[in-house]
Amino acid sequence: MGYISNTENDQKEILAAIGVSSTEELLAPIPESIRLKRSLDLPGPYDELSLLLHCRKLAALNKDIDSTLSFLGAGIYDHFRPAIIETLIGRGEFLTSYTPYQPEMSQGMLQVLYEYQTLICALTGMDIANASMYDGATATAEAAMMATDITGRKEVLVLSTVHPHYRQVLRTYLQWAQFIYKEVVPESEAIGEALSERTACVILQQPDFLGYVVSDIANIIGATHASGALAITVVDPISLGILCAPGELGADIVVGEGQGLGIAPGYGGPLLGFFACRKEFMRHLPGRIVGATTDQRGRRGYTMTLRTREQDIRREKATSNICTNQTLLALAATIYLCALGKNGLRKVAELVIRKAHYAHKALCSIPDITDPFSGKPFFKEFVIQLPIPDRDVCEKLLEENGIMGGLPLQPYYPELGNALLVCVTETKTREQIDLYVETLQRVVAEMTAYAK
Amino acid sequence: MTLIPENLKYSKTHEWVRMENDIAVIGITDHAQSELGDVVFLSLPEVGRILKYDEPFGEVESVKAVSELYSPLSGEVVEVNTAIIDSTEVVNEDPYERGWLIKVRISDPSELDKLMDADAYAKHCEGS
Amino acid sequence: MLNNNYQMNKTAAMESYEPPIFELSRTGRSGVNLPDEDVPNYDLEEMLPQHLIRKDLPLPEVSELDVVRHFTRLSQRNYGIDVGFYPLGSCTMKYNPKVHEKIASMPGFAMLHPFQPEETAQGALAVLWSLQSFLSEIGGMDATTLQPAAGAHGELLAMMMTRAYHLEKGDDKRNEVIIPDSAHGTNPASAARCGFTVRSIPSGSDGCVAVEELEKVLSERTAALMLTNPNTLGLFEKEVVKICALVHDAGGLVYCDGANMNALLGIARPGDMGFDIMHFNLHKTFSTPHGGGGAGGGAVSVKQHLEPYLPIPVVERRKEGENERYWLNYERPRSIGRIHSFYGAFLVALRAYAYILTLGPKGLREVAENAILNANYVRAQLKDHYDVAYNSPLCMHEVVLSAKRQKQESGVRALDISKRLMDYGFHPPTNYFPLIVPEALMIEPTETESKQTLDRFVAAMIQIAEETKENPELVKSAPHATPISRLDEVKAVRELDVRYEPLFIKENA
Repeated sequence: MGYISNTENDQKEILAAIGVSSTEELLAPIPESIRLKRSLDLPGPYDELSLLLHCRKLAALNKDIDSTLSFLGAGIYDHFRPAIIETLIGRGEFLTSYTPYQPEMSQGMLQVLYEYQTLICALTGMDIANASMYDGATATAEAAMMATDITGRKEVLVLSTVHPHYRQVLRTYLQWAQFIYKEVVPESEAIGEALSERTACVILQQPDFLGYVVSDIANIIGATHASGALAITVVDPISLGILCAPGELGADIVVGEGQGLGIAPGYGGPLLGFFACRKEFMRHLPGRIVGATTDQRGRRGYTMTLRTREQDIRREKATSNICTNQTLLALAATIYLCALGKNGLRKVAELVIRKAHYAHKALCSIPDITDPFSGKPFFKEFVIQLPIPDRDVCEKLLEENGIMGGLPLQPYYPELGNALLVCVTETKTREQIDLYVETLQRVVAEMTAYAK
Repeated sequence: MTLIPENLKYSKTHEWVRMENDIAVIGITDHAQSELGDVVFLSLPEVGRILKYDEPFGEVESVKAVSELYSPLSGEVVEVNTAIIDSTEVVNEDPYERGWLIKVRISDPSELDKLMDADAYAKHCEGS
Repeated sequence: MLNNNYQMNKTAAMESYEPPIFELSRTGRSGVNLPDEDVPNYDLEEMLPQHLIRKDLPLPEVSELDVVRHFTRLSQRNYGIDVGFYPLGSCTMKYNPKVHEKIASMPGFAMLHPFQPEETAQGALAVLWSLQSFLSEIGGMDATTLQPAAGAHGELLAMMMTRAYHLEKGDDKRNEVIIPDSAHGTNPASAARCGFTVRSIPSGSDGCVAVEELEKVLSERTAALMLTNPNTLGLFEKEVVKICALVHDAGGLVYCDGANMNALLGIARPGDMGFDIMHFNLHKTFSTPHGGGGAGGGAVSVKQHLEPYLPIPVVERRKEGENERYWLNYERPRSIGRIHSFYGAFLVALRAYAYILTLGPKGLREVAENAILNANYVRAQLKDHYDVAYNSPLCMHEVVLSAKRQKQESGVRALDISKRLMDYGFHPPTNYFPLIVPEALMIEPTETESKQTLDRFVAAMIQIAEETKENPELVKSAPHATPISRLDEVKAVRELDVRYEPLFIKENA
């Protein structure tokens, strides 16, 4: 089987045409000493029905967030995904196509990427966007590397309120490339002290990992520029339906995770890293870029451009080693942004922020639950502090009540004590939020009483 | 038919030199521009930079290729042809005149002897 | 005579120009049906700092039908494996099974949150763990990570692990990575991103790594050799065992770029050849869809001595009573760190997992054998019409031809031949790679193509070889049957247009 078309007869004819009597002769260049002398120790073969049965059993072992009420966020979001996305990205001409190196046969995908680049620029207020990176974390790491390249400086300053996994990826990329990773708390004084003539860039997240809006972002960017460094902002694309574009505030490079733009959470992948920057940095931009031009008959067409930045031409001097990117997910995001449009994205952002605030008020009025950041503006996520261990609360919420209450923050910000990061998107109804609040109240009361 | 003016000197890496007193005017040859294709980007050194013989001093890019520029002589960069940075097609159209890239005040005139004359360069091109 | 198995301009939609979707925008249109607010209508200015509330959002306003038509029509201006033959060397464009799409869209896989507790994702972790063990077996290695999101990402990871390995041994002088000049560009790019200096070695007259050249550059500064096997010419590196031994003697590690694993499945394993570390491309060998350029999946497999450096978290399995329990191990003090936000491209790994189950050990071996058969068939049928790189009498799963002869005779180049192939309804092979072959045409048929398809392709290539003699201008000005002809790529750089500018003109400007 193996989706092989050739029959035994075809194989005979092929062997004859080649002029050998068996396939074994074609393997002659492979030394006998390294030939595998047994079958691979693997399961299978499975026919299609058995395969589906097997996979369904595995899927059934998982609790998914369609059937389980979830308030988990922390970088991967349960946003509304219009039905048309799956239909359109499933079309074989898109799904099974290769990188558009031959533009005459790939105008469809090239135009998609041109439109995607346009939409990312529209959202972020930047001049030029690339055709995608692996995810928000690696996009952030590549932005930091780009800043070291542009400034010639070696230190990367990162606010501690950037997503913990993104900070880990940054640390990893920078360490092995022999740059310096420096972390700083999100306070102007501390940032001012940490900035120096060795700083290549400052990386901040908006809204930050805990969901809060950085009100004095323009000041931080100003201070960054004053020291000759670049300002890199990591943003939530849905929040850009309602928050100012970072380009308007002076950001030099904008990156983020595009999963919320119509892509399933997929247990963390595949994802979509978006990346945009100012015009003057264009030659340092990593990744593929699509441009418009004309053909010999003056017809408008699209092609990959500024190719001399890329690895196949520049090799060790390339702006990045990236080759394969996340094009199909960029297509999904493009469809999402077009379908939602100006009004739809704004509406989603407003639904999200109002539902989150409704939930926040209700949760904070539960006895013994406190708000560590009272008064701080937030978008779709916020922190609540609990009187009992955060992990235990979540376990009880899930096992006895079928609710994923949020992310326990002990492993990431132990200074917050027992705390949960709660996310509310437009997919949660008022009834569901009320149910969560009631349930949490009951659970907290029970567990507090038990602890006493 | 590649153009190789008689009055110039040439490096094996396809740069040409025209001496104007102690200033060397440097660019890339017709052979080089034709192999490269349409030039779309130039990366040139700053005035004041000290160059060494055979040291890379910049890059010339076409759509699908990048070529390093190697200095045919040692000396100090005294002028850079900034006028063509935004009209890189001039390098293809007129590589020996308007398409000049840098001017260098040379530090060691004996290095000129290391360069080829037009005939020797023509043979060099045939070989490659 | 045009060989009409497929022509790009068949439908009316193909002829017409599809404007950028922004041109369809009309004020007030929307393409979604969102719920009404069911919570109080809190004032935005009470929730957010006023100076940060957005004033304008320049996104298009189109209807759902507009969106569906626009992207459907764009898809019709695109070629995919589902449409026709795609002989791109080094890309392994094999059929992408549709049952995988069905599996990947099951909510029990697609709708999992990476932060949900491990007990609630045992099925997903089982898939990851199993695929890890399958790939270790296929590669002859001891451990595998699925965290890299693409081959190049895996190469970078391998470079990081190489450095970690040497540094832990106190060996901080090993700053060089040796790479053959035939290597894929991501190899030197990945090494450089990790701060290594690249030492390039020229290939020998047979297209393979010249052992003498390797010996010249091996030293106490060698961190690793990156080798593709079979190499980018589609040839098996016969001296691979010796090469690995030489590098090991010099104290370096040997990395296998596994992009060409389609030739080796079930036949030979990089681990048995002496490699310490390798990557797989799930979107090549293991049939996951390319999606127009991504998403891919880049697994990395290692021998035991490199296992401690794997990125965190590591997916592990232990026994809990009667049951298998899968878990994420973060306690890995010698790990190089993290290179992806979560566990890699899980839904891509899922497809590769399903593929391996479908094939089983015998099926995988048949894949390799048929891939090799098909490539050699194409070589045998075309060797009298095009130069075969290095005059190799045999190849593995791909063959590199050269249009050098055609260029000398009539000035027709590999590029022109590729464009003319489009008129015959085929996607061209890889052009101008590897760099060491002039006018290269790299053809990888894969095992999923039938002899009939190959015969039609061969006929088209032979016809084009004829055309280069009789009517070279026809070839040099191709393609003629596609929605657009050759694009002005110089203009694309000089007059850079990378976003739809009219969208950004402010109304009051």
